[in-house]
Amino acid sequence: MNILVCISQVPDTTAKIVINSAGNAVDPAGIKFILNPYDEYAIEEGLRLREKFTGTVTAVTVGGDSAKEILRTALAMGVDKAVIIKNAEKSDSFSVAKNIADYATTLNPDVILLGRQSIDYDSFQMSGTLGELMNMASVSMVSKLEITGTDVAMERDIEGGKESVQTSLPCVIGVQKGINEPRYPKLPDIMKAKSKPIEEFSPSSQETRVQTITMDIPASKRVGKILGDTDADIAEFVRLLHEDAKAF
Amino acid sequence: MAFQGVDFYNIDDLLSEDEKMVRQTVRDFVENEIMPVIEDAYQGAYFPMDLVGKMGELGVFGMTLPTEYGCGGMNNMCYGIAMQELERGDSGVRSFASVQSSLVMYPIYTYGSEDIRNKWLPRLAKGEAIGCFGLTEPDHGSNPAGMLTNAKKIDGGFLLNGAKMWITNGSLADVAVVWAKYEGEVHGFLVEKGMKGFSAPEMKNKHSLRASVTSELIFQDVEIPEANVLNIKGLKGPLSCLTQARYGISWGAIGSAMATYESSVNYAKSRIQFGKPIGGFQLVQEKLAWMLTEITKGQLVNWRLAKMKDDKTMRPAQVSLAKRNNVAVALDIARVARDIHGANGILSEYPIMRHANNLESVKTYEGTHDIHTLVLGAEITGIQAFNG
Repeated sequence: MNILVCISQVPDTTAKIVINSAGNAVDPAGIKFILNPYDEYAIEEGLRLREKFTGTVTAVTVGGDSAKEILRTALAMGVDKAVIIKNAEKSDSFSVAKNIADYATTLNPDVILLGRQSIDYDSFQMSGTLGELMNMASVSMVSKLEITGTDVAMERDIEGGKESVQTSLPCVIGVQKGINEPRYPKLPDIMKAKSKPIEEFSPSSQETRVQTITMDIPASKRVGKILGDTDADIAEFVRLLHEDAKAF
Repeated sequence: MAFQGVDFYNIDDLLSEDEKMVRQTVRDFVENEIMPVIEDAYQGAYFPMDLVGKMGELGVFGMTLPTEYGCGGMNNMCYGIAMQELERGDSGVRSFASVQSSLVMYPIYTYGSEDIRNKWLPRLAKGEAIGCFGLTEPDHGSNPAGMLTNAKKIDGGFLLNGAKMWITNGSLADVAVVWAKYEGEVHGFLVEKGMKGFSAPEMKNKHSLRASVTSELIFQDVEIPEANVLNIKGLKGPLSCLTQARYGISWGAIGSAMATYESSVNYAKSRIQFGKPIGGFQLVQEKLAWMLTEITKGQLVNWRLAKMKDDKTMRPAQVSLAKRNNVAVALDIARVARDIHGANGILSEYPIMRHANNLESVKTYEGTHDIHTLVLGAEITGIQAFNG
């Protein structure tokens, strides 16, 4: 099976986000970037498909040089091939999808996997746009996947429940948390990943369709606190009501 | 919130990408696999056995040994970083990995025949076999040269008699690297589980390292085949292993300190007294500033030690300085963290008391704090204080 996994580099969830001086983008200085957590599930699902059907898993990302780090992570987890479409230009979801689609056309994958969203801009565009550009069925929020021959049975999360859907290969699948438990890269594989090549391509297109006008940090709110359900948590809850919230 | 680490001096900038990835991977592993089970294991005084296979799968056993034996082929920086992260979880778990890697796999690789290496290293690396290291005896701790355990030559091998004490993983081990005197000199023997006359009863009722198994090893006329004898004579055999393990402890202790420091910072910022967070009081700020300073110094010592170890210029006395300093400051930091947490510091909701109790052992195992002081004293003056 020829499996393509699209991955994206995003700021660490704990990073302190600062807007650039132009007021329309995140200032990357001092931010720790990580592999988009939803894409980790996509990589894991790709590896499991390969284990089941044999084949090749290719990880692709669009971004600057620093995005190679997430490709190293993908290689350490076990993907066979890593590809970066180098685009330092500011791009939108369409541009990323177009570049991936142009690359994917040369690869002719049986299935394209990706996270349901990138946790940075939360545009939820990628699987739909990619499906359209590739002329493939596209299903997102997939929390269970079963492939038999060319039949693809899936369960997807919907508001308050689950929906069972089916389609056929080739298709684009946006995966949801819970579809699997991503493996840890084995430490020796991290070392091996260092010496594996990362293929580089220039962007096939710079066309964008959405322009960001301004970006603002939300007004800070009072921080909530989540407690567990042990007796000690209940005691702490009562203490917080007394001492912190001064509710009594 | 997941552990974020402590890096006030941007020491990350001194690490390579893969070293950082090793750190992040082990950190995630600790967060997901160790933190959820460690308090129960500590309170229940058992080693969480599920972790053995998982740690083997991750690749933390024998990280620096060659890949041809199923080991990691990584540098000492990676090994140190991994020990730091494991001990951020718990000193007992780090001890397990230290013993397996530095005290069992290292001597098997360094002093073992090709057959012995092939027999044990791949299984130990995967966590399919567990090892332990027998040097300390009931009456011979800081002075191992006085050991009573002895071997006599018999047809086809040796007959081993004696007893070892304070042996991490002893009751769990499939193979024990045992140091015994033969014709007046220390030799290393591999004693395998099930050999006639060998038993390893667990030592119970510890107040420290409770999530770790500590045992006695008893040898009554145990027949050791010739093939199980390591190719090394003299105390330098076991001491070379201890140098490896102490190196890992120097890193691990700082991991523990990072855990108690992080908890202290969070607590000081959220605990309100007299209408403001206690972190706003000067006495608490002084404690936090001191903790951060000592952690940063310890991190720099570890980083430099790793570089020297990778360059093969590191001397044992330099490891003594790091082990002595880092464990002592980690223990002091845990004690101060206990103060900051007030009564909450003794609860299992916070990692403080567990780390503090663990470090009480770490301070006196693998060369007591005082013995490392004397090693440094000898290094400085050229005069040994502990030789008669």
